[in-house]
Parts: sequence; structure tokens; C-alpha cells
Amino acid sequence: MTASVEFRGLRRVFGSTTALDGLDLTIAPGELIALLGPSGCGKTTALRCVAGFETPDAGAVLVDGKDITRLPANRRDAGMVFQSYSLFPNLNVRDNVAFGLRVRKVPAAKRHARAAELLELVGLPTHAERYPHEMSGGQQQRVALARALALEPRVLLLDEPLSALDAKVRVTLREEIRRLQLELGITTIFVTHDQEEALSVADRVAVLRSGRLEQCGPPAEVYDRPSTPFVAEFVGTMNHIPGRLSGNEVTVLGQLLPVDGPVPSSSSEVDVLIRPEAVLVTPSSEGSAMIVASSFRGSSARLRVQLGELEVLSDVPGHEAMRLAPGTRVSVSLVQRPVLVAERTAAVPAVQASAKSGNPAGVS
Amino acid sequence: MVAVTPILETPQVVPPARRPRRPKIWRGAVLGIAAIYFLVPLGASFWYSVYNDQQGFSLSAYLDIFSAEGFGTSMLLSLALAVATIVLVLGLTLPAMLAVRLSAPRLGPVLEVICTLPLVVPPITFVAGISMVLRWGPDYLAATPLWGTLIAIQNETFPVVLVLAYVVLALPFVYRSLDAGLRAIDVRTLVEAARNLGASWPHVVFRVIIPNLRTAIAGASFLTLALVLGEYTIAALLGYRTFPVWIVTISGANGQLSVAVSILSLLLIWLLLLFLSSAGSKRRSTS
Repeated sequence: MTASVEFRGLRRVFGSTTALDGLDLTIAPGELIALLGPSGCGKTTALRCVAGFETPDAGAVLVDGKDITRLPANRRDAGMVFQSYSLFPNLNVRDNVAFGLRVRKVPAAKRHARAAELLELVGLPTHAERYPHEMSGGQQQRVALARALALEPRVLLLDEPLSALDAKVRVTLREEIRRLQLELGITTIFVTHDQEEALSVADRVAVLRSGRLEQCGPPAEVYDRPSTPFVAEFVGTMNHIPGRLSGNEVTVLGQLLPVDGPVPSSSSEVDVLIRPEAVLVTPSSEGSAMIVASSFRGSSARLRVQLGELEVLSDVPGHEAMRLAPGTRVSVSLVQRPVLVAERTAAVPAVQASAKSGNPAGVS
Repeated sequence: MVAVTPILETPQVVPPARRPRRPKIWRGAVLGIAAIYFLVPLGASFWYSVYNDQQGFSLSAYLDIFSAEGFGTSMLLSLALAVATIVLVLGLTLPAMLAVRLSAPRLGPVLEVICTLPLVVPPITFVAGISMVLRWGPDYLAATPLWGTLIAIQNETFPVVLVLAYVVLALPFVYRSLDAGLRAIDVRTLVEAARNLGASWPHVVFRVIIPNLRTAIAGASFLTLALVLGEYTIAALLGYRTFPVWIVTISGANGQLSVAVSILSLLLIWLLLLFLSSAGSKRRSTS
């Protein structure tokens, strides 16, 4: 039932914008891969190439090694869930789920049984008679998921299926999608611009930028060891703190930390990339830094700390937020662990980090 | 959030208690004026059709309609023309609008202008143009097979040329109606969802698009029907005896009868409207 999917040198240009610029990616059978990137990075275009709604200008899409690039959309074996509500408004839930079976002329009794089975699977067994406009957004997307699975496709395509839902439903539904996906073992491509969503459900996360693959790896690897500064910035938040290289170590904020990954050869003056949660803040009256702002997020709080010319972001546990109110003098240290370094950016490096703070989830 | 919501909601609840009288008065006034404007001529017509000084009150004009010479044929002709016009105009506009929406959104404004254009051309100009072409055509086309076509479309019993003219006249109304319907649904997503589930293009159009445009299509059909049943200028000047032409002809000989027919046709159209709008809004399960 499950299949591998391969993008081979995929290229697609719309007028003056290049949506896909030679995308190469192989997705293993049964894997859930998240295509992550800012809007306009080509992730949706890539998905639509698998569904058959876009024809690439160059390159090929292979499913189980078979080239399907030229196959019409209605003869492909991929179920899709759309970003906007896509249920047929004139049909009730059962007929929506059974639509694909009806197209294939499956007898009514059989397709109704299958629809009931699928509605059970997505947790809506009693909603068969309802019409789409009588249901909430989350319920509609569940039905859309059941509908996409009705034909037992070998590939499941999810085009930002949760972006129109509110935060709580989004979290429960994404967990449910993951549970279903594992249960059915279906190869799934999940397009999203929400890095938290991507990191939490995917086997592998593929970060796209301007139609190219920046990095593809397990969520922890993409987060901990971003292979490019773009990935570092896009997935989570990064502080850029000036440091000085000496061999395989770097001196930053008076601490000597081992360097992980490649080292820029041009200069020993570098930017050290530090996650906010690796910046430790302790109140001290003679500390050199001062907290200028704090935004509370429940389980954690993000602090903006002024350190001379530099501004750094620090994440502290939520219960520390009271103790670390704006205006508090603090001392700053870094967690002792290997760090990534990047070439020194010409602009004031810290500005880049603080610009991100207005955008907590890193959504763009 | 919890603390804020009630404060925001209260002002919305209070004002209706203080302000209800004024809108009611205005509503009544507007309704009354509209009612006078529409009902007085209707009432007067009705009175004229049932009362005259010699005979007093009598419904005989209504009974005479069905035996009047030419009523049946002209009515059937107009209905047939209406059906043909509806089929043709929907067959032209619906696929064109779908195609523009799905694959060439940039052509949307062009299509809109083309479809709205007939509104600014007065029917009299239009018919002058048509009759000119019909008169000149035979001279130039005498040697070609098109000559036969030109004669055939002017057939007395079913003048196709009128259907063609009415299609043009109906375009703006049909376009507006379908456009409103297409705006209400996310056509692209519905089409893609259906394609993704294995539906062929005809299946997409007949099982997905048309059922969801039922109200819009009913509206477009109704407007076209009303237009064809009421169009006088073109039919009269081209010399065909459609229903409105017959009404005008008969009014010279029997004034009461022609008014009775007008009222009856008004009622007929009104009933059709009721029927179509209830059919359009009904939801049903199809599988």
C-alpha cells in the first residue's frame, strides 16, 4: 500500500518567480516528511506536482520508481487534504467520504460501509448525515482526511491542513494525523510553514528556500545542527553573538566553547549561533547586563537582555519570569556545549536576533 | 479574554431596546411606497380586464384567452425560444467562466466586459444591425452553403435568429448570476479535490460544480426566461409572432383580452420564480 516518492531535479517557474529550482528529495516508504519553509519557497508547488495540479518545467516526480510527471491528476494514487475547507458543500459527510468510491462505481452498500469505517477512524462516527456547513473547521478537516484515505492511496499529501484552525485544535489534530499515519504506515508529505508543527510530527524535516532544499534530516538534527544559517534562523530562533575563533574553539562572552561543524576560513572574527534556551541568565546586582523586555508564554518566558551594545534573547522557565522582570540587572552565561559559527554579518548582528522576537513561533 | 468579552458584548445588546421604533416606521414607509408603485398599476389593469360599462363585472376576458386565435402558438413559440436560449446561453457562459477561473484568471475582466456589453447596446440598435445583416447576407452569400443557413435560421416556426439575439441580450444577467454563484464556492479547491479523488472532467462539472451552482443556474435561467417572455422590440421588428408581439397585436382588437393575458403571464412568471427558487435552495442527498 505504501510507496516511495522521489523529486528529481524539479523546476517550475511562474512568470518571473522561480517556485522550484532543481529540487531533489527522496521520501522513503511509510515516512512522514514535512516540507518546511517561508511562503513562496516552493513547498506547496512541490506537493502539487505530486498531486498532478502542477506540471514541472523540468525534472520528474517518481512514485515507487515510476515516473508520474505526465499522468493526469485523476489517475494518480495520492490522497490530498487541502488548506482551505474543500468538502463538497452539496454532499453530506458520508457522501463526501465516499465520493472517490462513487467515482469508481463501488456499490452503495459497500461504499457506505467504508465511509462509516473511515469516519470511525477519524473520530466522527456519528456525523455521517451532517453537511459540511454544520461542522467546525477541525471536524471538516477530519472528514477531508477520511475522504483522502478512502481510496487507500499509497501517498498522503497534506497541504497546510491545520493552518485555518485555532491553536488547540491544531495541536490535537496534528497528533491525530501522526497517530493515523503511523497506524496505516502511509507515506506522507506534510507541507507547513509552522516549524513547531514540522518538528513535532515529522520523521524528517525538509527545509526549503527559494525552491531549493536547504537541509533535510530528523527534527532534532535540523534544530540542533542546522547546516546553513538560513535553517538556523528559520527553525527556531538564533542569537548571533560575536566571538573570536582560535583553532577548534571560540571565545564568546568570555567563555571558551568548542566549535561544531564547519569553520569560516576568511576571518577569526565570527558570529556564534546560540539558541535562546542556551543563554543562562542569573540575577546579580553587579551583573553587566540588564533585562529590557520579557514576554511570558506560560511554560517559558523569552527575555530580551541588553549586554553593552549587544542584545540577546534568552528563554527561561515560566516560573522564573517573576524573578527576572524587566529592569533587573543580571549576568549572562552560555551553556557549555559545542556551538555553530557563521561568518560575521556586516550589519549589527544582534539586531537580526532581536527582530525575530516579535515573531515567537518563527512563523513567516 | 474572559474578562474582556462581556464588556464588548453588552453595548451590542442594549441599543436595539432603545432604537426599534424608527427603523420600523421607515421600513413601513418604504414598503408602502413600493407597494403603491407596483400594485396600483396591477390593480388598475386587473379592474380594466374584468369591468366595463356595458357588461359590468365579468371574468370572460380570462376565459377567452385560451380560445383566442394565436395564443397557443405564440405562447409555445416563446417558451420554446426561452428554453433554447437558456440551454445555449448556459452552455456558452458556464464553461467559459469555469475555464477563465481555473486556468486564465487574468482574462476574467475581459470576459466580464464582453458579457456586460449588451447592456449598453439598445435593442433597437441591435435589431437594426441584425436586420441589415439578414438583408445583405443573401446577396453576398448566395453562392455559398451559408446562404441556406441564413434562410434556415429565419424559419417562421422556430426562428433561430431570435435565439441568437436573446442569448446576447441575456448574457449580462446570466454572467452576473453565475459570477455570484462561483464567488460563493471555492471552485479551484473543489475541482482539485474531485480530481484528486479520481473524477474525470465531465464528472467534476456535472457532479461537483453544477450541483453547487444550482441556485445561480436557476437564477440565470429564470432571468433569461423572463427576458424572452417579455421581449418585444426585436421579435416585432424582425416580424415574428412571439407572445409579447401577439399581446400587442390583440390589444388593438380586444383591449380587455390583452390586459388579461398580461396579468396571467405575470402570474405565470411569478409562479415559475417561486418554483425555481424553492428548487434551487433545496438540499438533497444524492448517493
